[in-house]
Amino acid sequence: MTDLTRLTAAELAAKIHAREVTSAEVTRAHLDRIAEADGRVHAFLHVDTEGALAAAREVDAGLEAGHAPASPLAGVPLALKDVLTTEGIPTTCGSKTLENWLPPYDSTVTRRLREAGIVILGKTNMDEFAMGSSTENSAYGPTRNPWDHERIPGGSGGGSSASLAAFEAPLAIGTDTGGSIRQPGAVTGTVGVKPTYGGVSRYGLVAFSSSLDQAGPCARTVTDAALLHEVIGGHDPLDSTSIDAPVPPVVAAAREGARGDLSGVRVGVVQEFAGEGYQPGVLRSFQAAVEQLRELGAEVVEVSCPNFAYALPAYYLIAPSECSSNLARFDAMRYGLRVADDGEHGAEEVMSLSREAGFGAEVKRRIMLGTYALSSGYYDAYYGSAQKVRTLITRDFTAAFERVDVLVSPTTPTTAFKIGERVDDPLAMYLADLCTIPANLAGNPAMSVPSGLSDEDGLPVGLQIMAPTLADDRLYRVGAAYEVARDAAAGGSLVHQVPELEAAK
Amino acid sequence: MPNISRDEVAHLAKLARLAVTDEELDVFAGQLDQILDAVAKVGEVAGDEIPPTSHAVPLTNVFRADEIRPGLSQEQALAGAPAAEEGRFRVPRILGEEQ
Repeated sequence: MTDLTRLTAAELAAKIHAREVTSAEVTRAHLDRIAEADGRVHAFLHVDTEGALAAAREVDAGLEAGHAPASPLAGVPLALKDVLTTEGIPTTCGSKTLENWLPPYDSTVTRRLREAGIVILGKTNMDEFAMGSSTENSAYGPTRNPWDHERIPGGSGGGSSASLAAFEAPLAIGTDTGGSIRQPGAVTGTVGVKPTYGGVSRYGLVAFSSSLDQAGPCARTVTDAALLHEVIGGHDPLDSTSIDAPVPPVVAAAREGARGDLSGVRVGVVQEFAGEGYQPGVLRSFQAAVEQLRELGAEVVEVSCPNFAYALPAYYLIAPSECSSNLARFDAMRYGLRVADDGEHGAEEVMSLSREAGFGAEVKRRIMLGTYALSSGYYDAYYGSAQKVRTLITRDFTAAFERVDVLVSPTTPTTAFKIGERVDDPLAMYLADLCTIPANLAGNPAMSVPSGLSDEDGLPVGLQIMAPTLADDRLYRVGAAYEVARDAAAGGSLVHQVPELEAAK
Repeated sequence: MPNISRDEVAHLAKLARLAVTDEELDVFAGQLDQILDAVAKVGEVAGDEIPPTSHAVPLTNVFRADEIRPGLSQEQALAGAPAAEEGRFRVPRILGEEQ
């Protein structure tokens, strides 16, 4: 029998809907794989075995009764990042503060997954409150990269990306504030998409930086990501920043792209994202990918976005500022960790001691940085200037998209670094988000699609594709065309080159 | 001269309700100083004539119908509370602290 964990979500759905295999069997196969692999990989913080099997049996019963599947992905299992609330299932955000917290409601993303018949296997590990680029900031220990267990799986959504590369789940959900879907996708050889800001509801997404946070699909193929995008996307009255417009036709675009013709598509290479600090093997992989786009018929030009150099510093003012305000809700009064409630300490002391005990170093750093950037006397120089840079980044994108249909760059400057390598150097860690941040600041959509392995270390590299606001479908057309060409040239899908568990050190 | 002193970091921690330790203060003061050095670069291009952007989607006044819909029950709202008593959140005393 075929190993069900090696199939794509689309293939699994086809088999389930044709009654060749049950959703319960598919779900059981993935739960078995988690039991086998997760002791090493640690992609999951919580596995909901009973809930997953019950959801799968419900899908099977519906199909058995002759009902049409609830969605094209009904019955397919998924790994959910632990920053989206799930009623009655622990949601920790990778923080001690929320250890054992059982949310009283589902996020909109969770609800849409359930309504689509998608089987939620469990909750994936992440940097605490999504602050980080390596998943080392999780209070529950790091996740390991399935390509090399000594290396990081990216962050903050390292649990989601690792679950895909370890074949523990065919689909996952991530959230991307500065690159937390795309950078983990790049370093694990998987696909990750940050939709247009407002394209997927933030209701029930525990807020880090509200003007930047965006949930999106993670998968092993572009088409699978598109299918998931259509399930979770769309207007939600519960999120006032949700865009009241139809979801861009991403599945149709992926299918069009898969035909392998990019004639008439103008691709801009961002000049600023190369040079010092970029690993040579990453740049060579990127150049080869650009060459492949050209062979597919795309017209490739160089584009300058001079203000992109200021995106990283602007981000590390805006995101901490918003986080210092958002995380004020963790006050040890209504939910979350409370310490020193001994009758001696007053409310403010209990609050300060609880936050000290509940938050890790990166979260504290960012709260203090944000508190500083928003203080009177410093506001204009720091937060105010960062907001102006945001305008300049948006103008760079607008000018670029007058000349080209999509922009491309490497997703992140290096391949997966070693666990522990950057943990004491916040600035070195922040550089992992260098290329992904502009799309968060301007709100436009972006994707990371694997572009093969770096020739010097044999680790995955990601190609980033960026499109104008609400033109998410362009990502899928270009991404799918590239994926088909790359797989044809390489003789198979990249992610299947992941070493077996025992072999990956 | 550093951007930020150890005393200023201690003040920030107090404002942010973080009871940080002395050892943490030593580490954070150095790191925050370095980070501020790097992010201050935004000042190079932030001219007076450039309007700020606070949000990627420029929406104002998003309304919804004023209709009653179910919220959390009292039991649900209290389910995650560190301490509850008589159907309410129980909190530590708020009077008698310094100031």
